[in-house]
Amino acid sequence: MTTRIDTRFAELQKQGRAAFVTFVMAGDPDLKTSLEIIKALPAAGADVIEIGMPFTDPMADGPAIQAAGLRALKAGTTLKKTLALVATFRNDDNTTPIVLMGYYNPIYIYGVDRFLVDAKAAGVDGLIIVDLPPEEDTELCLPAMKAGLNFIRLATPTTDDKRLPAVLANTSGFVYYVSITGITGSGSADAAAVGAAVARIKRHTDLPVCVGFGIRTPEAARAIAGQANGAVVGSALIDALQKSLDADNRATAGTVAAVADLVASLAAGIRGAKQAAE
Amino acid sequence: MNPVLPNSFRSGPDERGHFGIFGGRFVAETLMPLILDLEKAYADAKADPAFQAEMDGYLKDYVGRPSPLYFAQRLTEHLGGAKIYFKREELNHTGSHKVNNVLGQIMVARRMGKKRIIAETGAGQHGVATATLCARFGLECIVFMGAVDVERQQPNVIRMEMLGARVVPVQAGARTLKDAMNEAMRDWVTNVSDTFYCIGTVAGPHPYPMMVRDFQSIIGTETRAQMLEAEGRLPDSLIACIGGGSNAMGLFHPFLDDPTVKIFGVEAAGHGLTQLHAASIAGGRPGVLHGNRTYLLMDDDGQILEGHSISAGLDYPGIGPEHSWLHETGRVTYQSATDDEALAAFQLLSKLEGIIPALEPAHAIAKVMELAPSLPKDHLMVVNMSGRGDKDIPQVAEILGGRF
Repeated sequence: MTTRIDTRFAELQKQGRAAFVTFVMAGDPDLKTSLEIIKALPAAGADVIEIGMPFTDPMADGPAIQAAGLRALKAGTTLKKTLALVATFRNDDNTTPIVLMGYYNPIYIYGVDRFLVDAKAAGVDGLIIVDLPPEEDTELCLPAMKAGLNFIRLATPTTDDKRLPAVLANTSGFVYYVSITGITGSGSADAAAVGAAVARIKRHTDLPVCVGFGIRTPEAARAIAGQANGAVVGSALIDALQKSLDADNRATAGTVAAVADLVASLAAGIRGAKQAAE
Repeated sequence: MNPVLPNSFRSGPDERGHFGIFGGRFVAETLMPLILDLEKAYADAKADPAFQAEMDGYLKDYVGRPSPLYFAQRLTEHLGGAKIYFKREELNHTGSHKVNNVLGQIMVARRMGKKRIIAETGAGQHGVATATLCARFGLECIVFMGAVDVERQQPNVIRMEMLGARVVPVQAGARTLKDAMNEAMRDWVTNVSDTFYCIGTVAGPHPYPMMVRDFQSIIGTETRAQMLEAEGRLPDSLIACIGGGSNAMGLFHPFLDDPTVKIFGVEAAGHGLTQLHAASIAGGRPGVLHGNRTYLLMDDDGQILEGHSISAGLDYPGIGPEHSWLHETGRVTYQSATDDEALAAFQLLSKLEGIIPALEPAHAIAKVMELAPSLPKDHLMVVNMSGRGDKDIPQVAEILGGRF
């Protein structure tokens, strides 16, 4: 079956440009502001929206996304409310792909079957679950595929050629290449190394490959977008959001614009890039 | 609903690292290749007689094993029931059972050519053991420790630094053991190529729960032989405290298929099970954290709760996955002791036996005080004295206000 993700990447390929994938945390700094931010993203230039599901113990995330998750939890965000947020977004936008990203425990406690039904109904298109490698595919990946959701896998510099087929086997939608070994928001990716890594992954799959971790500026986004089918930016957006908050971590009049403006400038960078050779 | 009982309680985990539904490998892709390498390196080491021989040498001459099985005569007389023995793990080099596991993991790390060792620590006992073995083998050592624990376990922080380790105070979350483990995993993801993560308990992704259990099983294996020599038969009961549960698993595992041996694990009930505590089995449910599925303290949204215990070593909202399985199969009975009960046991044991226990095994002693009086005098009970209390003296002195 074709998801909104498949449709979006097919359109972008026709246009000959890479996707801009944005990451924001559901409920950061509160659910109302978070909805406004997510609604503003497509117009600002986001092609795919990743929405973080907050978790108390985000073991693969750096300080910015850790803090975003804690702000969201403090504001009362739950998995149920995250799904409601997506459903509300879908009232006005039925084409922008939505990918939920997070850790397994909240989904496991919600109940895998119930979660998949509710996520599909809310208009979620794909899932990225950091702590579910292929070795645990029976937990959520296989049921998600059956339910018609893309399960997007992370490939990393440590995923060698021997392991890549296992990582790609049940991946759909796109492949998320984590360009550094490390946590989110740290380090920066070297475009040449990324190009080689993307080429290596492409020898094993026809899926689009998006690259994330360490992309903070329009220039970096353009360089990465020239090497891949998409560039993912998360921590830089979270940093911009955080800087717009008041002393008590509450949204201000400038919060939505702070994120949207950065998205617009990054999107301009990406649209300036030539699409990587297929 | 009870699961079908296995033919043996000692055959787990399966090849995917599962003990029943518990265990597994819930980690980021970056770590997965390394975990598979570790699994292979450990299997090779286990099958290599030279590895075992080298380890036996260090266990004897460096750690000081075997640790004695000591008849606690005055405690036995005081309680007036079961005959109580202590497995004296607190006499090991570095003062706790932790060194058994660290020695094994450091030897595996050396086989894998890893030069940088990271560890998490709660009470600091695992951190001290890791710092010690890293000094002995000339390896770089970084220990992640919650900032609250750095405060309440100062003596161990100083020891680690004297041994050449770098102690990183973790400011995230409740600033205790769970947060230290998160931070260690973040470091591991970042430095995966040269770094070995020396996990301190029977938790984490497969193969850690199995590997740590194997290294700690020397406790139970020795106890078995020592008890047969002392009394001519197996003990009737075993008792050990549980945070992650490595000292307990080490004592229990060699006895799991002996149905006459009753086994008790003691979790930390903190202020009481209806208030702040760290008893994952009594107050939690199965979930996924730190690489494995196991009993965890959490809210209805699957967000992990902070544990609380007077004992930094038990202050963790989870438990090793094999314990979760032993609980669900009913082979081991899990109970709990509060902060106050542990403090009372700490004082009683110091005065009665001249042994100042760590606050962790003081929880096990508290349960002995409850169970032993009503048992017959020929009931043989073994308590794992998993660590000594030197590290806790400043904290306990402060709580008791200098009155002993």
